[in-house]
Amino acid sequence: MSAATATTLTDADARIPLRGHLRHTGALVRRNLLWIRQDPESMFDALFMPIVFTLLFVYVFGGSIGQALGGGQERYVQYVIPGMLAMMSMTLSQGVGTGFSQDFNSGVMDRFRSLPIGRGSVLFAKIAVELARMLFATAILMVVAVLVGFHIHHWTGLFATVGLSALFASSIMWVFLTLGVMLKNAQSVQGVGFLVLFPLQFGSSIFAPTKSMPGWLQHFTDYNPLSTLADAARGLMVGGPVAHDLWVTVIWSVGITAIMAPIAIHKFRTKT
Amino acid sequence: MTRIDNPAGASHAVHVRGLVKHYGETKALDGVDLDVREGTVMGVLGPNGAGKTTLVRILSTLITPDAGRATVAGYDVVRQPRQLRRVIGLTGQYASVDEKLPGWENLYMIGRLLDLSRKDARARADELLERFSLTEAAKRPASTYSGGMRRRLDLAASLIGRPAVLYLDEPTTGLDPRTRNEVWDEVQRMVGDGVTVLLTTQYMEEAEQLADELTVVDRGKVIATGGIEELKARVGGRTLRVRPVDPLQLRPLADVLDELGITGLATTTVDTESGTLLVPILSDEQLTAVVGAVTARGITISAITTELPSLDEVFLSLTGHRASAPQDAEPADTREEVAV
Repeated sequence: MSAATATTLTDADARIPLRGHLRHTGALVRRNLLWIRQDPESMFDALFMPIVFTLLFVYVFGGSIGQALGGGQERYVQYVIPGMLAMMSMTLSQGVGTGFSQDFNSGVMDRFRSLPIGRGSVLFAKIAVELARMLFATAILMVVAVLVGFHIHHWTGLFATVGLSALFASSIMWVFLTLGVMLKNAQSVQGVGFLVLFPLQFGSSIFAPTKSMPGWLQHFTDYNPLSTLADAARGLMVGGPVAHDLWVTVIWSVGITAIMAPIAIHKFRTKT
Repeated sequence: MTRIDNPAGASHAVHVRGLVKHYGETKALDGVDLDVREGTVMGVLGPNGAGKTTLVRILSTLITPDAGRATVAGYDVVRQPRQLRRVIGLTGQYASVDEKLPGWENLYMIGRLLDLSRKDARARADELLERFSLTEAAKRPASTYSGGMRRRLDLAASLIGRPAVLYLDEPTTGLDPRTRNEVWDEVQRMVGDGVTVLLTTQYMEEAEQLADELTVVDRGKVIATGGIEELKARVGGRTLRVRPVDPLQLRPLADVLDELGITGLATTTVDTESGTLLVPILSDEQLTAVVGAVTARGITISAITTELPSLDEVFLSLTGHRASAPQDAEPADTREEVAV
């Protein structure tokens, strides 16, 4: 009964194969899905955000901004729904960071980190579940959108848009995961999150065209990935130029992921 | 990289030399040496802030040491963390289970994370829930469990991978005495299965119940190490409290015991206020002798208890100063009833 000396694992034995990573991520995805089943209220934001924000923007600002666009409220619906998609991909991504710092305050993260699993698995699982939540919110958004009069001109464009916002959202999630690992509690993650989110969302073409904004702000909005995501979504679903905005969004997403994913995994690995 | 063999400590499941970990000015570990023989229980006794948890965290690869070397089952904590994680089980100071998940799901998840097949993970979860008497609570979220149930689930979780070395970091801190006994029973069963255990504790009684050997730490340093009996002898053994039914019998009782010639560190004293006699003893043989003498003289007694030295007394005796860190409100509860 001397397992201690009988086992001799070489470095190669200890390497985790791809199948192993998938199995570990799968087990952790299951965990996060069970959380939702245990606590259905955690889906409230994904359920109500698309409803509340769409109704607010369409019926509060729709008339006046629609006029500026040379139409009415119907015109604004066509404008703002793709923007809503961009907004949600950013706002819902925050949840990934808050849930994460909660995990760290319980002992379960120590257990995970003392298990022979890839350090990324815990993070990938969080992202996978958060993307599923986002897909759910997107479905709700599209139902509400159609009810308030949104016309989807290109169905393939809709799917491309969902893919693009998922890509962008996952890159933003790495940012919030990093914050989740570094900051002490859920509240500070949310606090810092708002500071980043608000300027990005309102300093963009999500809710209103940027033409009437001052020049310096226009420069900001032109490079704001939320603008390019919203504009790409408009082009894809409603029609109009797409290529430029699409590429800028993809470059942003890939760039943010390339920088933040290694930082998040490193911070996670070395967190004491 | 190759496995680091350690001929001298070949039979040591845990081998630690000169381990150092500083947090700024604080020396959490300041050159710790420790050896745990395979299949034995090593108790690491010390107050809060002595460095016990830091030691466990290094040995479970959660943090890296600043200096020194440590191997577990032959694997180096810094250079072979992935191998090491395959052979250890960890039970933290607070139950490290996912409170939102049902007990069964917790165990199944860890089984999958340890690369068991779905079928094996299911079977292992069932088996361990059964063993830890949690089958009925299997489907309830762990947040609805009592403190003792949570610890048991935590222990079950740390056993899923059939670890060669198990760390129990203050497994009973904050538990009531009855629950604590349950946890002790479980730990003793695990030891019976041949697992090597590194147990940290603040309680002398816990160390005595579970450990084969004891290492006493204070301010990041090992201040004493050895067998339990050996250390207890150094500290002064136990104090026996005897209360005769008739307080007038106190004096004759003291005379009887004086005749036995039992001398611990202190001499026999009479506590007239509580009507008890305090006898320092060093061994169970001496305890038996006292009981025999009392019976032989026909003195009726209403209570007889032994008290272990408290952690404070251990410290005072070993270091000459009181335990350095402020103690929690919970004093080391060191009373045990002796069946007469």
